[in-house]
Amino acid sequence: MRRGRLTGYWLMLPAGLWLAVFFVIPFYSLLATSLYDPEGSVLTGYDVGYRFANFVDVLQEFWRPLLRSLTYAGIATLICLVLGYLLAYAIAFKAGRWRTLLLVLVIAPFFTSFLIRTLSWKLILADDGFIVDALQTLHLMGENDRLLATPVAVIAGLVYNFLPFMVLPLYASLEKIDGRLVEAAGDLYASPSRGFLKVTLPLSMPGVVAGTLLTFIPAAGDYINAQLLGSTNQRMVGNVIQDLFTDTGDYAAAGALSVLLMVVIVAMVMVYIRKAGTEELL
Amino acid sequence: MSLAAERATDPSNPPGGSGRNLRLTALTKEFSTFTAVRSLDLEIPAGTFFALLGPSGCGKTTTLRMVAGLDLPTSGTIHLGDDEITYAKPYRRPVNTVFQNYALFPHLDIHENVAFGLRRRKVKDVDKQVQEMLELVELESQAKKKPPQMSGGQQQRVALARALINRPEVLLLDEPLGALDLKLRRGMQIEIKRIQTEVGLTFVHVTHDQEEAMTMADTIAVMNAGVIEQMGSPTELYENPRTTFVANFLGQSNLIPGTVSSADGDVVRVDMHGTQVSIPADRAHVTSGNGWVGIRPEKVLVAAEGEPLDAPGNHMSGGVVTDVSFVGVSTQYLVRMPWGQELMAFEQNTGRRAFLTAGTKVDVSWRPEFAFLLPASQDVNAGAIEEA
Repeated sequence: MRRGRLTGYWLMLPAGLWLAVFFVIPFYSLLATSLYDPEGSVLTGYDVGYRFANFVDVLQEFWRPLLRSLTYAGIATLICLVLGYLLAYAIAFKAGRWRTLLLVLVIAPFFTSFLIRTLSWKLILADDGFIVDALQTLHLMGENDRLLATPVAVIAGLVYNFLPFMVLPLYASLEKIDGRLVEAAGDLYASPSRGFLKVTLPLSMPGVVAGTLLTFIPAAGDYINAQLLGSTNQRMVGNVIQDLFTDTGDYAAAGALSVLLMVVIVAMVMVYIRKAGTEELL
Repeated sequence: MSLAAERATDPSNPPGGSGRNLRLTALTKEFSTFTAVRSLDLEIPAGTFFALLGPSGCGKTTTLRMVAGLDLPTSGTIHLGDDEITYAKPYRRPVNTVFQNYALFPHLDIHENVAFGLRRRKVKDVDKQVQEMLELVELESQAKKKPPQMSGGQQQRVALARALINRPEVLLLDEPLGALDLKLRRGMQIEIKRIQTEVGLTFVHVTHDQEEAMTMADTIAVMNAGVIEQMGSPTELYENPRTTFVANFLGQSNLIPGTVSSADGDVVRVDMHGTQVSIPADRAHVTSGNGWVGIRPEKVLVAAEGEPLDAPGNHMSGGVVTDVSFVGVSTQYLVRMPWGQELMAFEQNTGRRAFLTAGTKVDVSWRPEFAFLLPASQDVNAGAIEEA
């Protein structure tokens, strides 16, 4: 019996080590960096301290990109949810023998680099690209209006890049739904739309929650889309953090902003999961 | 759809008690590779407990799904009284289903599962009705539980309550007891029958279990390969089957080949391996040529050679007991007849006399009014199922 209990702990060791090396130590390092005295620099070194005022400073200075990140990520997540639900529903219930092929197509973009795919959107949305041309011909856009370097372009990029993260968990939970439940709803006087709202949608909530989290969290921290498809007016918090680390060399501010972003996202996720009523995910 | 049909299927006008017959006319369902239901004609009187009995794949579930509106027929019509509902949407027919494996909504508690149909029709006093319905199925204390927390038997009762609360004109039960163990199944059979008598609705029950159909139904239609072989009360089907399929599918039968030698008035005489047996005309389903003489094993009387037998008429000697199985309430004998066939004979253990032992030479007889004569066109083993 005692040996059996010890075996359990031994089996936890690899996972524990993995967590320590790849999460606890880096996170501790980030946390420590966020509390450095910002008077130091990469060249002169930093004084290790407990300067909690760093958080107030970065919040005051960078609240705009932080808020913008959350807004863009929120809008992109909503659009992904609508598009992704339609797509996942179609694949799960209507695709028949095309199901596997369609799923492969959802994942297919991953075979190309994230950067290259985002760069090609730059060409697609370019001022002399066919989309802008077409919209101008239809007078839906003025002669001097642009798509590139606008929030539309950045959000479109986010939607495009994170859509598969929405579709896959949605598909997984829709596909599990027993078709007979939908039949039963119809048998019990629910029209197809009522049946969807009362049976299919509630049963797919785990997929909705997982999909929105998998989309929102990375989208809120993303900086590639804003960098390639936006301008300085669309800078997201990821761009700021990147600048602080690589260009300005202000490690303390960069660390504080990173921790702040993390805290905000975790807080939002907690509230969201509480509201969505799927605590079992935590 | 006619105006009348629209009125009949208006969900805001809850049905129940109006008592209309369900009528299927030339109902056919073809799938790409086979015909599941073949020009089925059937009238189910209002308020009866009707069973569609048949082996798996005989088309009984397809028939049920067409009545529920979950499948559309290839041709033919379905009427409730004078109203046609053949193509009415499932959520617009006064028909509810108890699904095989129940199909309870796992995200709703028992109370909301049962309330589902009423809420969709925007009925008032939902909670009170649900309460009453849960009392009927004896689950009032479980209202707050979710389906996965309940046993199979309880889930079965929830499924029944969920359908029944809508007071449909026709309640369809698709193998509702298939997932329960034997003991629970027997209990639920009586329970469902009690509820049907209490609410007085038309129940259409699909099953492959002949004992279940016989216990519960007023009328049974035996289905085979997409057509109805025979329809009638359980006693009628059991005592006077019309085909070898029915004779074998409902209970067990001894089927002995014979040739009709004469048919006059109310008796048909058959030559059966040299023995003349007589069969009442209303039990002879063939009147010339070859046929199968059928007799149920419990109607066959056996006695040691020379001992008196109390059934005049059909009497055969020269049998030898080859197997004796004691099963408690009865003893089952296998008797090899001179022509090589083994007949089954079940004898009640009344204790009137000692058991016969294997090897004993015996005489066999039965009362002529219990025998039946079946057409030779169907295979002698049609409908025979292996005993579990």
